[in-house]
Amino acid sequence: MVASPLALEITKDLTIPKLFLSQCRKYGDRKVAMREKEFGIWRPFTWQDYYDNVKYLCLGMVSLGLQKGDKVAMIGDNRPEGLWAEMAALCAGGVGVWLFQDCMMEEVKYIIDHSDAKFFVGETQEEVDKALAIKDQCPKLEKIVWDDPKGMRNYTHESLISMKELQKLGRELDKKDPGLFERVIEQGHGDDICLLFYTSGTTALPKGALLSHWNMLTMGRNLMSVDPCYDTDDFVSYLPFAWIGEQMMSISCGLQIGYTLNFPEEPTTAREDIRQIGPHVMFAPPRLYEGMTRQVQVKYIDSTWIKRKIYEFATKVGYKVANCRFEKKPVPISFKFLHWLAYAAMQKKLKDHLGMSRLRHAYTGGAAMGPDHFRFFHALGVNLKQIYGQTEIAGISIVHRDGDVKFDTVGTPIPETEVKITEEGEILSRSPSVFQGYYKNEEATRKTLIDGWLYSGDKGFIDEDGHLVVFDRSKDVMTLSDGRPFSPQYLETRLKFSPFIQEVWVIGDKRPFITAVICIDYPVCGKWADERKLNYTSYQELSQKPEIQELVRKQIVEANKDLPTPAKIHRFLNLYKVFDADDEELTRTSKLRRAFVENRYRLIVDGLYSEDKIVHMDTTITYEDGREQRIKTDLHIMDV
Amino acid sequence: MTHLPAPEEGETILRLENIHMFFGRVAALAGVDLEVRKGEIHSIIGPNGAGKTVMMNCINGLYKPQKGRVYFKGQDITHLKPHQRAELGLSRTFQKIELFGGMTVLDNIRLGRHIHLNSGVLSGSIYLGKTKREELQSRKFIEEEIIDLLEIESIRNQTVHMLPYGLQKRVELGRALALEPELLLLDEPLAGLNLEEVEDMARFILDINEEARWKVTCILVEHDMGVVMDISHRVFVLNFGNKIVDGTPKEVQSNQEVIKAYLGEEDLYASRR
Repeated sequence: MVASPLALEITKDLTIPKLFLSQCRKYGDRKVAMREKEFGIWRPFTWQDYYDNVKYLCLGMVSLGLQKGDKVAMIGDNRPEGLWAEMAALCAGGVGVWLFQDCMMEEVKYIIDHSDAKFFVGETQEEVDKALAIKDQCPKLEKIVWDDPKGMRNYTHESLISMKELQKLGRELDKKDPGLFERVIEQGHGDDICLLFYTSGTTALPKGALLSHWNMLTMGRNLMSVDPCYDTDDFVSYLPFAWIGEQMMSISCGLQIGYTLNFPEEPTTAREDIRQIGPHVMFAPPRLYEGMTRQVQVKYIDSTWIKRKIYEFATKVGYKVANCRFEKKPVPISFKFLHWLAYAAMQKKLKDHLGMSRLRHAYTGGAAMGPDHFRFFHALGVNLKQIYGQTEIAGISIVHRDGDVKFDTVGTPIPETEVKITEEGEILSRSPSVFQGYYKNEEATRKTLIDGWLYSGDKGFIDEDGHLVVFDRSKDVMTLSDGRPFSPQYLETRLKFSPFIQEVWVIGDKRPFITAVICIDYPVCGKWADERKLNYTSYQELSQKPEIQELVRKQIVEANKDLPTPAKIHRFLNLYKVFDADDEELTRTSKLRRAFVENRYRLIVDGLYSEDKIVHMDTTITYEDGREQRIKTDLHIMDV
Repeated sequence: MTHLPAPEEGETILRLENIHMFFGRVAALAGVDLEVRKGEIHSIIGPNGAGKTVMMNCINGLYKPQKGRVYFKGQDITHLKPHQRAELGLSRTFQKIELFGGMTVLDNIRLGRHIHLNSGVLSGSIYLGKTKREELQSRKFIEEEIIDLLEIESIRNQTVHMLPYGLQKRVELGRALALEPELLLLDEPLAGLNLEEVEDMARFILDINEEARWKVTCILVEHDMGVVMDISHRVFVLNFGNKIVDGTPKEVQSNQEVIKAYLGEEDLYASRR
C-alpha cells in the first residue's frame, strides 16, 4: 500500500469545489465515495453520484438566487444529503454555516440572524419547524430546503422547497446553460471564505469564525502528511458537521485522500454501524472514548468469573506493554509472548466490539482527556493520539506522532505550524490555517489575532521533548489554598474514569478546600442499584440514595490518591440532573460552562462551603422543545 | 401541523348493528350501533367499564355478540373468526401488550405478515422462486415502511421483553401494521406512556391515517382526552353499554349528557396528566 498522493497541489488558486471536481473526474463511477445505511442495508454512492447530486443542488441554489458569499445554514444528522448541500453551497461560491442538530430555537435564531443566512437546509420536519418558527424574525432568510418527506404532507409555506424540487430546478438550469456548474466553480479562489463556524463559547454568545478554502485545505494536507491515509480507507462520519473535527475529516482530509465516508443509519445505531464498517481512522471528542471505556468497564463487572480473570490478565499485560512504549523502552521478550496471548484472548475481540479492529489512527480532541482513559486505550493496543487546535486554526495545530505518544501532552506541531508560549503562559500558534477573523466582530478578532498569531486563551508549556502540555483554559485555572495554580479539568477527567460518574464540576478557586458537584451515570448507577434491590423512580431520587452517595465517595477517595492535600476533594454532592447543553450548562461540544453553572448553582456552592448538610433547591429545567419544569429537591452534602 | 379535515361522506368501512353482549346477566353492550367511514379516526371513549374493549373485541372477533351484526366493507363478518377477519384487512393492538417477549422486534413484526406469505413448503425449503420473491418484498416493506415510520432502527434486533414499555407499544403497532390493514383497532395505545412517547405515538397514528402510503382507517379507544379531541374526526361516547353520542369532537364536547355522565364538571380538555 502506498500513500495516495494528494489529488492536487494546494495553491492559493485551489478551492474545495475545484478539488471536489478533480476527484470526481478521477474516480467517476469506479469508486464508492460514500455509503449510507438505510433500511438496514449499506447503500453506496459513487463519486459520479456524489457529483450529480451536488451539481444539481448547486445549480438549484443558483437558480433561486444564491450568489457568491451568501450564507447557507444547514442542520441535520450526518447523512450524504447534508454533505451534498454543503458542497453545493461551496460550489456556488456560498459559505456553509452548520448548526448543531439539537440547537434550541434561540440558538438557531441567533445564528441564522447573525450569519445573514439566505438559505436554510434542514433534514426533517423537526428542522423545518425550527426554521419556520424563526422565519419572521430573520428577514434575510429566503428559502427553506428540506429533505425527508415524512410528516411534511401538510406544509405549504411559500418559502419551503424540497431537495428533490431544488435539484429539478438545477437540472432545468443545466439544460438551459450547460457547463454553468464548472464555470461557477472556476470563479472560486483559495482566499474566499468557505465556512462560517459558530464556536461554542464557554462564556459568551457564540462567535462566528471565518475559514477560507486555503485554511481548510492546508490543514488537511498538513495532517495527512503526518498520518497518511489511503483512498482504500473507510471513515465513519457520525459526529455533528457543526464540529470542526468532523469537517476536517469528512471534507478537508476526505476530499484530498478520497477515502470512503460512511454514514450511520441513525445516531442511535452509530455504535453498531461503526462496528460493521471497522474504520481505519477515527476522530472524536473525549466523551465518546469515555463512553466506550465506561461500556467496557460495565460489561466487565457484569461478566462471568473466568471472563473477568482473562480480562484482568490481558489488561495487566496491556498496561505493562503500553508503559514500555510510553517510556520508549523495548518490550521484554517474555512480555512479547504474553502480549500475543492477551491479544488473542481478549484484545482482538474487544477491539472488534468497539469497531476498532482495523483502526490505524484514533484521534481525540476538542476537550481534555484524562490520562487514565488514554492509557486504557493504549493498553488495548489502540493507537490513540491527542489533537490540539481550535476552530480558529481550522481544527488542528498539534498532534502526537506515532511512537512518540505521551499521555499527559498533546504532541508536537504539524508541518507549517509554529507554536509558542507567552510570558503569561498562553499558547499561541501560527500557520496557513489560521482563520480570517470573526464575522461581524472586529473587537474579538483584534484580541485573538495579533500579527498572524492566534491567541488561544489556553494555558500551557512546552516540555523537554518539545511536546505541548495544555494546562487548562487560562480563565479556569484555579488557585489552591496554598497559592499553587491548579487545573480543575485534571481532577474532573480523573474522576470521570469511574464508570459511575458521568459529569463532574470541581470548585475551589481561592477557597479553603476543593469541592465537587457530581452527576452520576444513570444507567450504570441504576443497574448497580437494581442489583442491590434499591428502589428508585427517577434520576433525582437515585442520586440522593445514601448507598449511591457512598459509592461516589469511594470513587472520589480513589481519585484523591497520590494528590497533595490541598488538591484533594473534601466535600461533594450529587446533582439531581445531568449537566445539559439545552440548559446552557454545557457547550454543544459538551464543555462545562463554569461561569454559567457557578451562577446558576450559587446555592450549591454556598452550601458546599458552609456547615450545612443539606441544600434546598428550587429551580426549573428546560426540555428540548422549550417547555420548562420546576424542580424542588433537597441535596445532601457528603464529606470525603 | 394542521390535521386533515374529516373525509367527505365516504363509504362506510365498518358497521355495527344493534350489538348486544352479555356476561352472565351483565349487559356489557346493550344494542350499540356504530358506523365508521373510510379514512377517519373514530375514537371510542367512556368511563372505565363502559364496554369499550368489549366493543373492540366484538369488532375483531375475539367475542361473538349474542345479538346484532358486524359488517366490514359491506360484508357480514359476524360469524368470522379473528384470523379470517385479519385476512380481510382488520388489525389491532391490545391494551395490555400482547407481544412474544422472547422474540426480537423484527421477528414480532414479521409475524404480522404471515397472511401475506403464501408460498409452499417445497419452495420454502429451497428458498427459490416465490418464497424468495415474497421474502424480499416482505423485508423491503418492513424496513422501508414500518421500521422507518416508527423509528425503531436501533432496536430491530433486540428481544422485546428487554425493551422499555413505550417501545414495546411501538413494536405492537408495527406488528399490527405489518398486516397492511385497512382498518386498525387501537386499544389504549397511549396508556402508560410518558409525555414524549405520547406525542410520538399520536404523530404515528396521524401518519398512518393521513400518509398517502397508508390511509388506514383507525378506531381508537383512549383515555387521553387531549389527544382524542385533537386527532379524532369523530368521537363515540359509550356509557354502561349504551351509546350516549356519536359526533365530531366539538359536538361531543358541548353535549350536556356527556359532560354529566362522563366528565363530571371538569373541563373536557383536562386530560389525566
